[in-house]
Amino acid sequence: MTNPVSFLGYRALRFVEELGAMAAFTVETARTIFMPPLRFEAFVRELYKLGVRSLFIICVCGLAVGMVLGLQGHHTLTRFGAQRSLGAVVGLSLIRELGPVLTALLVAGRAGSSTTAEIGTMVATEQLDGLRMLSIDPVSLIIKPKAVAMLFTTPLLTALFIVCGLYGGYLVGVGQFGGDAGSYMSSLRSNVDFHNDIACSIVKSAIFGLLLGLIATYRGYTSTPTAEGVSTATTSTVVISSVTVLLTDYLITAAWGI
Amino acid sequence: MMERSATRDFLVGLYVLGGMLAIGYLSISIGGFSWRHAEVLKLSAAFDEIGGLTKGAPVVIAGVKIGEVSTISLQDDFRAKVQMDLDATLKLPTDTSASIVTAGVLGDRYIELQPGGDEKLLKSGDQITFTESAVILEKLIGQFLYGTAKGKVGESKSGSATTPAATAP
Amino acid sequence: MAYGRRRVFDALSCHFPRGRISVILGGSGLGKSTILRLIGGLTRPQAGAVIVDGHDITRLSQRGLDLVRRKMGMMFQGGALLDSYSVFENLALPLRENGSHTEQEIASLVHRILDAVAVGDADELFPRQLSGGMLRRVALARAIIRKPELLLCDEPFSGLDPASIRHIEALLIEINKKFAMTMIVVSHDVHSTVRMADHVVMILEDRVLEGTPAELLQSSDPKAAEFLREGVERLQKICS
Repeated sequence: MTNPVSFLGYRALRFVEELGAMAAFTVETARTIFMPPLRFEAFVRELYKLGVRSLFIICVCGLAVGMVLGLQGHHTLTRFGAQRSLGAVVGLSLIRELGPVLTALLVAGRAGSSTTAEIGTMVATEQLDGLRMLSIDPVSLIIKPKAVAMLFTTPLLTALFIVCGLYGGYLVGVGQFGGDAGSYMSSLRSNVDFHNDIACSIVKSAIFGLLLGLIATYRGYTSTPTAEGVSTATTSTVVISSVTVLLTDYLITAAWGI
Repeated sequence: MMERSATRDFLVGLYVLGGMLAIGYLSISIGGFSWRHAEVLKLSAAFDEIGGLTKGAPVVIAGVKIGEVSTISLQDDFRAKVQMDLDATLKLPTDTSASIVTAGVLGDRYIELQPGGDEKLLKSGDQITFTESAVILEKLIGQFLYGTAKGKVGESKSGSATTPAATAP
Repeated sequence: MAYGRRRVFDALSCHFPRGRISVILGGSGLGKSTILRLIGGLTRPQAGAVIVDGHDITRLSQRGLDLVRRKMGMMFQGGALLDSYSVFENLALPLRENGSHTEQEIASLVHRILDAVAVGDADELFPRQLSGGMLRRVALARAIIRKPELLLCDEPFSGLDPASIRHIEALLIEINKKFAMTMIVVSHDVHSTVRMADHVVMILEDRVLEGTPAELLQSSDPKAAEFLREGVERLQKICS
């Protein structure tokens, strides 16, 4: 690629090609979701690997973020004499943006990368080919439970993240700075609306979960069957997932406001 | 597949349950989600001036929130028509009045209802006839500074309504 | 046939007789495994046809391919067993997915096959806990559990000690005799080829030779002779 212009053109074409391939993969995966067998046991197993194993990092980070919000919020609100509204500040930041987005980024890093690595290793050791030779569709057996589990687990983790964050804000605002517990909760309740805030949060986290599931499995499935290929695929999952989550966040937030 | 471990299944069950509970808690306790959507007392009121009143602003009786503003529109006679969704268990007499009040001096606008004494009650779809419009602080100051005949000059500049604009039915 | 930028074959034509053990022989990197993958339908040729049991599999849909594969079994070089499943589960999987056997039938079939390949007591173990020889034997068991007509083996002997090689060789020969199963084995080991094969397809850098082991041993082709003799000599050196 000597000419920079033609290089750019090449990369652009490859990008569109990749999108097309990913769309085809999505359709393929979606098709297997609605076809038997259900593979419920594998789904439960994946929920454990992706969800239960992420609980520690999600809850700790949620608590920490909530505490920082409490701290930051307290300092800022005190200047305007509005400490009563700390609950609302912490809650609205967490519920609308920080909860879904940060959870998605954490899930991408932990669960997404491990999924890509696992599938990539299976490709490299010919396990998926082995399944094909047994007339078993690897997308149905391996990919489907992982992608669906990711979709299902992200909203759950987001909710837990938010609850831990609210508690963190409470610890700082009420425990550390001696604010009133009642006004924390009441400012939270009166300023958070189900339709605008909670529902938006749940929808966001579900969409993020879907995207994360597809990206992580796709990158593993199409990785080059070498150790280096698996490693590249794994890091690219985290990068692509993060960028996608942040861009989609903007789109959803803008669309929801309409 | 990996042996079906009872511990693992239990942990997954706990996790899913915990997550669902968290969602439920956030939705219901904090977000105020309720299934009882249909049970709402819908009333409307017309004002000359609503100030900064917005959709979703609370409707209050004696300081307790009992509903919120659902829509705001302009009537043909260029007055503002405000529709409210109120707690269905309320029994409001037909001579109840509605005024637009400010929370603090520079705060958000909301609607305060003063129940009247009539025996007949307002039903869903009725209009509140006695209304007091919002006070626009700048107009008050303008009147004070330039001494226009309309408002009471020299009144304190607090947010309570001083220029009644009660309308007859 | 090319992989990405690497041309593997320009023009290849070979055949494998039914009911016989054929060995694809040749040095590393010349495309032996590619032929196996073409037959299994895992790779599509850019041009040409792959005819299995009278059908050109390059023209089949996914469903058609799955049907043809029911008559095939493939033994991969690394075993390719699912590493999160136990040995028993690995063998039971193809029976559960595509058949309608009861759990008891499956259990007895699995145990019988495991005994036949002499790894009867490994059924609770996981692939990572198996030795190289045991792993290959389990892979073989999985390949034949659906009683295929065609067995494809990718380098079944590589990396094994001579005793294990002999053992697997014997198993393959026995299976071929008992079930008249067509076998295509990829190998670079001359000695076991000579012992085992009815038909040899030898891949050299620029051409392909076919024939019985005896024919190839006496071939006038210089490269072929060199390859064969080298293999035999190496073994003789070890034995003397």
